[in-house]
Amino acid sequence: MWPTAGALRVWRRNFESWKQFAPSFFVAQLGEPIFYLLAIGYGVGRYVAEMGGLPYAVFLAPGIVATTAMNTASFESTFGAFTRMTQQNTYVAILATPCSVADIVAGDILWAATKSLIGVCFVLAVIAAFGLFSSPWALALVPFGFLVGLLFASLGLVATSRAPSYDFFNYYFTLFISVMFLFSGVFFPLENLPPWAQTLAWFLPLTHAVQVARALAAGAPTPALLLDVAWMAAVGLVAYVLAERFVRRRLLV
Amino acid sequence: MAAPIVEAVGLTKRYGSRAAVDGVAFAVAPGECLGFLGPNGAGKTTTIKMVTCLVPPTAGTLHVLGLPMAPENHRAIKARLGVVQQEESLDPDLTVEKNLTVYASYFGIAARAAKERADELVRFAELADRRNARIKSLSGGMKRRLMLARALINEPTLLVLDEPTTGLDPQARRLVWDRIRTLKRDGTTILLTTHYMEEAAQLCDRLIVMDEGRIVAEGTEPELVREHIGAEVVEVYLDPEAPEPPAVARLAAGPWRSERAGNVLYLYLTDGAAGPELFATLEGLHFTRRRATLEDVFLTLAGHALRD
Repeated sequence: MWPTAGALRVWRRNFESWKQFAPSFFVAQLGEPIFYLLAIGYGVGRYVAEMGGLPYAVFLAPGIVATTAMNTASFESTFGAFTRMTQQNTYVAILATPCSVADIVAGDILWAATKSLIGVCFVLAVIAAFGLFSSPWALALVPFGFLVGLLFASLGLVATSRAPSYDFFNYYFTLFISVMFLFSGVFFPLENLPPWAQTLAWFLPLTHAVQVARALAAGAPTPALLLDVAWMAAVGLVAYVLAERFVRRRLLV
Repeated sequence: MAAPIVEAVGLTKRYGSRAAVDGVAFAVAPGECLGFLGPNGAGKTTTIKMVTCLVPPTAGTLHVLGLPMAPENHRAIKARLGVVQQEESLDPDLTVEKNLTVYASYFGIAARAAKERADELVRFAELADRRNARIKSLSGGMKRRLMLARALINEPTLLVLDEPTTGLDPQARRLVWDRIRTLKRDGTTILLTTHYMEEAAQLCDRLIVMDEGRIVAEGTEPELVREHIGAEVVEVYLDPEAPEPPAVARLAAGPWRSERAGNVLYLYLTDGAAGPELFATLEGLHFTRRRATLEDVFLTLAGHALRD
């Protein structure tokens, strides 16, 4: 059930195969946050004086960081991993070597989180260029982006392990990822929502990621945030265990 | 006799109520090339997937490289196994050489040793001039040779090939055969599946014919032919438009095994059975006479898939 050094070898395989596509990845990673900040941070921000006591773009930016980590890991662990598992037979090829299903699943999760980390670095560079972050605590968003990546990669692999075809990911992204993007406090403080909706939002993984990201960006992390981090780690761990079991059942039949 | 490399007793794989492999027993001796022959769905692939740790058996005992098949032994078994699966599984975004070195890393082979091994193997697979090529640009035969080279990266004690030449043109197939023969000469133990008779006859020291999850025959090629067919086969071609000549019924009832498939009547003759009275009966019919082959064995033992 638990990975060994084989996970790093699987990670390495993904890195080797991605290297040549890196330029297009960088462009996409730079482009998206810029468009969001311009269109919503400044576009909408002109009509919104303040949000949660901050200029709107400053309020929005940490949410974009967390969302980038979520999206990057989610795409890699669904479409990317599904392609390796089904179209390319990569998983089965690796399973003929001493690597186990746990190594493959953990290696893919580590890789997706690595892409999140790279993506977050680009987004932070853009945000810094806009002058939206000033606290050195904001640098902690880099390793934090990796943690958010681990969480969403594990969740994505659970979806992948059960996906009959690519179409299945439409549900995953529409019903899960998009809902989180809109209702996890990226665009507005959750205090604006009715209490029942706030309770629901608490169960969305991205809510905790946004909370931590916002506190780090503001340079004011509190011990209470450890609870958010623990929540994310626990959900990620459960998702990993499920993904490993489901992939094992799918491939070793 | 040295301890077998693979030993299965009562090996069974069930999917629900259907038995894909139904209590098979076999052993592979060191240095031997054993071939599994059978129609699609006979259970060949499931059997060798159990040997390669990819399908957990439902029942029976299975020892591979001296270790009992169990999850805690998978790593140790797979470390000494080379596997060429039926479906192509090369990394499309990596070069030929990278495919080999990345695969070597899964076995924990250090980068430098992996590079040297990959260098030997691209030459073995006759891909030395394509080492920096992308997989997309390779022909089917090249891909299959690269799959074979990749399976050899860890210098396996046991090489398992699932239909190593299916889908290749005759020339490409011969080149793969040639490589496999080289490995045999070097003493590699090989387990393979195929539904090409010629491949089975060319490469395998011993054959197992499977049908519907069971072993229906086992032996060397001449043994199988002698035991199940005889020496010769006469094929009588019947005209579907014309009324059946009375000789046909006499032939079918003769002192030999006969079989009717569509408009062809097969007579399986043991040594010396092809006497003057047979040819007198055949007089006026359209027929050919030839040596019995492995294909006759196959059609006799597992031909229902074609007849059904």
